[in-house]
Amino acid sequence: MITKRIIPCLDVRNGQVVKGVNFEGLKNVASPVELAEYYSAAGADELVFYDITASAEGRSLFTDVLKEAASKVFIPLTVGGAINSVSDFDRVLKCGADKVSVNSGAIKDPSLIPAAAKLYGDQCVVLSVDVKRVDGKFTVFAKGGRENTGMDAIEWIKRGVANGAGEIVVNSIDTDGVKNGFDLEMLSAVCDAVSVPVIASGGAGGYDDFITLFKALPKVDAGLAASVFHFGEVNIKQLKQKMKDNGIEVRL
Amino acid sequence: MVAIIDYGVGNLFSLLCSFSAIGEKAVATADPAVIKNADRIILPGVGAFSDAAKKLRESGTYELIIDEAQSGKPLLGICLGMQLLFEKSYEYGEHGGLGLIKGSVMPISEFIPEGLKIPHIGWNGLIFKKETPIFKYINNGDHVYFVHSYHACECDGATTAVTEYGGYLTASVQDKNVFGTQFHPEKSGDTGLKILKAFTEI
Repeated sequence: MITKRIIPCLDVRNGQVVKGVNFEGLKNVASPVELAEYYSAAGADELVFYDITASAEGRSLFTDVLKEAASKVFIPLTVGGAINSVSDFDRVLKCGADKVSVNSGAIKDPSLIPAAAKLYGDQCVVLSVDVKRVDGKFTVFAKGGRENTGMDAIEWIKRGVANGAGEIVVNSIDTDGVKNGFDLEMLSAVCDAVSVPVIASGGAGGYDDFITLFKALPKVDAGLAASVFHFGEVNIKQLKQKMKDNGIEVRL
Repeated sequence: MVAIIDYGVGNLFSLLCSFSAIGEKAVATADPAVIKNADRIILPGVGAFSDAAKKLRESGTYELIIDEAQSGKPLLGICLGMQLLFEKSYEYGEHGGLGLIKGSVMPISEFIPEGLKIPHIGWNGLIFKKETPIFKYINNGDHVYFVHSYHACECDGATTAVTEYGGYLTASVQDKNVFGTQFHPEKSGDTGLKILKAFTEI
């Protein structure tokens, strides 16, 4: 049976990982390529590279990093951040990305998802959504969670899937950074609404949070996190062993 | 040298890198002279069957691939490239393929219970059905990376491995020197590199 995926997310600015920490055997903690190799060897099922660069110089550094990572790491790579057009898809796919994640770019231009899906296939288009409860309603936020769009998150996600998004990353702003577990209520609502893979993001604080996620919501396909992996609070190899011990299908 | 057929479908960057990682020279090409000169051929592919079959014909390599395979040169089709090896596909109508392996390509929705997500995306285990040289360095149960909504059927004689997703889906095939993997060896970590390595030793 298909396994549950564990996905570390690397924020990259000007060619360097933003939240680096010291792992044994890792020479340069800020090197996205070294970190990618480290995670791949530890059993990560996929990697997300998130480009948080603001400048054009930084952007070309990012594609250099991506190329180098793709030449050394042979697991699926998803790229997000600053994806606003089909030519942005083209730019990162040529450098070794397998999937491209859109967020604010799709909010600004809703035709981006159908255009990219037609060119590269649904499997290539990941819709990433930052969601926060506003007056008890799941609401879409743009620009890294700073701007309330007023849009209903479930409707936006359903529309994205109908337009060709092949996967959904649900990042709960309410649980992000709290380290008290994933947002099960929000994830459950998304899983009930769509039939494409759903990736949970925001709130992982320890091993048990991943176990709880996959046990409580068997429809969730993957767990994504950044700091718990970067700070060494969760070791991917141990996490996957614990998942297996709890009867969750994993790739060891 | 491995010739990776470049016919404008999908990007070949990762495939080229994976051969370089195992120390094997590979080129992405549609040049008949290079393909004829190569020791082995890879037929990649993503997207829709009919579109890919059309582009393969337009690239001028369609007949050449058939000739080279029939002359005994090892050929490996990957993902949609594997599906193109078959006689026909029922993806949005009925379309002809290279016909190098007997069988057809059908939607996986007809083989798995309702409620399972399609495409079948992610890491799944291989269940070996028949010995094949490309698996000589890996083990039954090893996980590989799949992304597909269609799979090969009526090819029992050629099936070398299946994977379980509510039902059994064809994961790999072989007929003499013609091989196919529905999964992506270039995205399947060490297991995938070992499969490519074994292919280069045939």
